[in-house]
Amino acid sequence: MASYALRDVSLVIPDGQFIGLIGHTGSGKSTLVQHLNGLLAPTEGSVYFNGEDIHEKGYDKKKLRSKVGLVFQYPEHQLFETDVFSDVCFGPRNLGLTQKETQLRAFEALRQVGFPEEYFYQSPFDLSGGQKRRAAIAGVLAMRPEVLILDEPTAGLDPKGRDEILERIAALKRDTGITVVLVSHSMEDIAEYVDRIIVMNRGSVLFDDVPSVVFTHVKELEEVGLAAPQVSYIMQALHESGMPVRTGATTLEEAEREILRALGR
Amino acid sequence: MLRDITLGQYYQTESVVHKLDPRVKLVGTLLYIISLFLVNNLTGYLAAALFLGCMIFLSKVPFRYMVRGMKAIVFLLLLTVLFNLFLTPGEALVQVWKLTITKQGVRIAVFMAIRLTFLIIGSSLMTLTTTPNNLTDGLEKLMGPLKRCKVPVHEISMMMSIALRFIPILMEETDKIMKAQIARGADFESGNLIKKAKAMVPLLVPLFISAFRRANDLAMAMEARCYQGGEGRTKMKPLQYKRRDYLAYVVFLCYLLILLALRNLRMLP
Amino acid sequence: MGIIEAKKLIFEYIRRDEEGNAEGITRAIDEVDLDIRQGEFVAILGHNGSGKSTLAKHINAILYPTEGIVLVDGKDTRAEENIWEIRQRAGMVFQNPDNQIIGQVVEEDVGFGPENMGIPTKEIWERVEESLKAVGMYEFRKHSPNKLSGGQKQRVSIAGVIAMHPKCIILDEPTAMLDPNGRKEVIRAVRALNQVEGVTILLITHYMEEVIHADRVLVMEKGRVVLQGTPREIFSQVETLKELRLDVPQVTLLAHALKEKGVPLPDGILSIPELVEALGYGNGRRSG
Repeated sequence: MASYALRDVSLVIPDGQFIGLIGHTGSGKSTLVQHLNGLLAPTEGSVYFNGEDIHEKGYDKKKLRSKVGLVFQYPEHQLFETDVFSDVCFGPRNLGLTQKETQLRAFEALRQVGFPEEYFYQSPFDLSGGQKRRAAIAGVLAMRPEVLILDEPTAGLDPKGRDEILERIAALKRDTGITVVLVSHSMEDIAEYVDRIIVMNRGSVLFDDVPSVVFTHVKELEEVGLAAPQVSYIMQALHESGMPVRTGATTLEEAEREILRALGR
Repeated sequence: MLRDITLGQYYQTESVVHKLDPRVKLVGTLLYIISLFLVNNLTGYLAAALFLGCMIFLSKVPFRYMVRGMKAIVFLLLLTVLFNLFLTPGEALVQVWKLTITKQGVRIAVFMAIRLTFLIIGSSLMTLTTTPNNLTDGLEKLMGPLKRCKVPVHEISMMMSIALRFIPILMEETDKIMKAQIARGADFESGNLIKKAKAMVPLLVPLFISAFRRANDLAMAMEARCYQGGEGRTKMKPLQYKRRDYLAYVVFLCYLLILLALRNLRMLP
Repeated sequence: MGIIEAKKLIFEYIRRDEEGNAEGITRAIDEVDLDIRQGEFVAILGHNGSGKSTLAKHINAILYPTEGIVLVDGKDTRAEENIWEIRQRAGMVFQNPDNQIIGQVVEEDVGFGPENMGIPTKEIWERVEESLKAVGMYEFRKHSPNKLSGGQKQRVSIAGVIAMHPKCIILDEPTAMLDPNGRKEVIRAVRALNQVEGVTILLITHYMEEVIHADRVLVMEKGRVVLQGTPREIFSQVETLKELRLDVPQVTLLAHALKEKGVPLPDGILSIPELVEALGYGNGRRSG
């Protein structure tokens, strides 16, 4: 019997969107993103990048991977060079760029992730967890991808490290207009950043909508082992207890405004 | 996925052979291999084949699993056969250019091929019917007397079982790092040998670092759980001989005696 | 006298540059006092580098104090002859589930500790069974750990510690590498151990939702204990926690923000029903 890691998934990712891809472990979200840069090939169906089938004969996969940058979970485990800067150069160098261009891009990428300049020539293994993670993300950014996919970029970080990384990604998105796909299993973390949320369950797309709509499905999300942000639960509970509030709030500010409105203040 | 690989190719089923004490299987396999080199005539090989056949039948492991182990040594087998075929001096049968095939050469080549094949199948049978765990336990117990000569028997077997536990994890890790580097434009496929070797650096460095980190963590976790070497340790699953194990030893002994008897029967070439 | 006691604990290590020359001294733990009673559930919150893991390693006699003293069940961790007794009484669960499982079969891993302690075979089996049942992993006893989820692996690690019959369990960020489901599983198992078996728990974490059920919370920063109290007392200090860049439950933050705007609410609201109640809509309904 064949088992499906992904089944009947159809989606379009337009330029410049900030997407949250949510699902619990084994929901197929990591498998899905590996299809987007051609690391895995679909058993059936096709993947198109800029209108071209990436599994067509003669399609340049290496170029695709530079355009669709994929940052794996715990990306710091892939660092190997003796200093951070050389490690970030690995990507652009593989693209066959000149030494100058390579270094230029590495420099820019490290800037973009807010990596402190005084550590550029340090061994990546002497850095703190958050800094290692940034260096590794810079390693992908240095290829100047048009789409940046991050698989659980905050896994294992403390709240401070997590917020810093997420803020960096949001800033990058704002400044460069890059398309971002953020894979996560925490709704709370990404709710305030993303334009669109795709919820995966058992290899299929369960919901695909703007956050405020997705989070109203509190019960369905719970059934597939996910949780909406606590705010959604608060609004739901208040609504059910008879307080005249709408339940679509996804961030604290929205909830605050909504409650104050209901209280007539 | 990669985690599903069973190391040591253990085949799960219920059979008498599976239930035997690992020590019996280890000793038995060793005796069997020795017996293969004692045989000097076709009758002997027939007996060896018959014995192996019976064991395979009793183990309930499908025959194709045995043959699978052969694939790895086909090249070695061919090489041995060719060397023996051409380089054994004696009465010439055929002469091709400067190479001579002798009567003795054919005989030795055929015997070598049979020996190697039986040897591989025999040891496959052992690994197919014994979990790696059991195997290390058996080895530790068998090598027990060596402790007196300061051989770190317990440590060796602990190392083996930790290696067995971590190999699948490291395999999965290799796969992950490889993919991550490919996503950064690394190329592990093309180029000549030197280029390929160089391309391995971004894979091997992170892999080694990870292995060391894991080793460090594991050592700490083991100490935290009061591990202080083999001294004063008890066993959750101590090895104990049962009746069938003694019986198996007797069977092996009978087999050896029969083979020795056949050795002196020189009826066939 | 508490089960774990630390008096003026200081831990320093020497930083070295690439050539191995001493660069300076880092004080990872700075005069920490600790007194944990038998049966208590204490949580330590703090960022990476705040010294919380270093503190945990002192209790298991993996690290020794530079100054001050650590007593586990009245025994000094610095005395060589106490080490194994201390490690048996204060069991430790680490962050990475893969790197602390030794056995290739779940039950064998749980038996590892008792084997090291020289427990007779028959009793090992009894302990393994009872420990696996306590964390709800008994049905997986014949499985290979490689095929379990992160949460299940951590529960096996916890069972491995329980089988040594410790008086206290220290969990060093046991959920940092798990997904939300795994986290819940582990925390549920830990709470059950504390409530049902009366095991003293010291939980080190940076997830605030895991400390809500603790009897006492310690917040560490730069090697010092900066806040201490019940979860409610701790989470009343929203501003301080924000300054330390620690997470605060969204419901607490919301209540705090509403209060700032003049809504009459008490400090330190920790759960949704509390908020609903405080806003005057509570009718005994419990949700969330």
